[in-house]
Amino acid sequence: MRHASYAVMLAFVLLGTLPLHRYYRLSVLRHPLRLLMSIVPVAVVFVTWDLLAANSGQWRFDPAQTFAMRLWGLPLEEYAFFVVIPLAGILAFEAVAVVRERRRTG
Amino acid sequence: MTSYAAAAPVAVLVAILADLLLLRTALVRSRAWWTVYGIVVGFQLLTNGWLTGRGIVRYSDAAILGSGRIVFIGDGRIAYAPVEDLAFGFALVLMACAMWVWTGAQMRTPR
Repeated sequence: MRHASYAVMLAFVLLGTLPLHRYYRLSVLRHPLRLLMSIVPVAVVFVTWDLLAANSGQWRFDPAQTFAMRLWGLPLEEYAFFVVIPLAGILAFEAVAVVRERRRTG
Repeated sequence: MTSYAAAAPVAVLVAILADLLLLRTALVRSRAWWTVYGIVVGFQLLTNGWLTGRGIVRYSDAAILGSGRIVFIGDGRIAYAPVEDLAFGFALVLMACAMWVWTGAQMRTPR
């Protein structure tokens, strides 16, 4: 169970943000190509930074609190992070836009 | 390699310049973005506190402003995480939102 510690955090972020989609009737998930075009380039840049920093010893991940699977030395959870966090940010951004629009139009 | 302490503020600068000059989304000049960021940073402190406080991610003391000591606040840390993480998170979420707005504009006005 301790191996899921990192994954639990990602699940928590998704549990906190995915319901926004239904609650505010967002259309974010209906545009998978646009999502891909928004998230992938950003993820590539940040993963590159992450790989350089991790491989030069600036940070490391506890093997006891991550699953065993590694890609270029990073746990898979770390790659998922760069999809989950941008997605959560975009959902928050769109939810705020809806709330602001409702306030404006009353 | 450039330390995290040096790279993190550069990431913020690059993200802001991309938002203003490259994508021309100007999110940093909108109230909406700062509302979003206010929410995001709260949850970042919580979730990142989990990652760093439990030592899921551990930092080399040579790379960060503080020492390698994991404390709740002080010694270059906020909610267990190195302050550099705040810059990192800001740049990541700003870039994602700016790209989202930019791709939306591109798709509405196809050339």
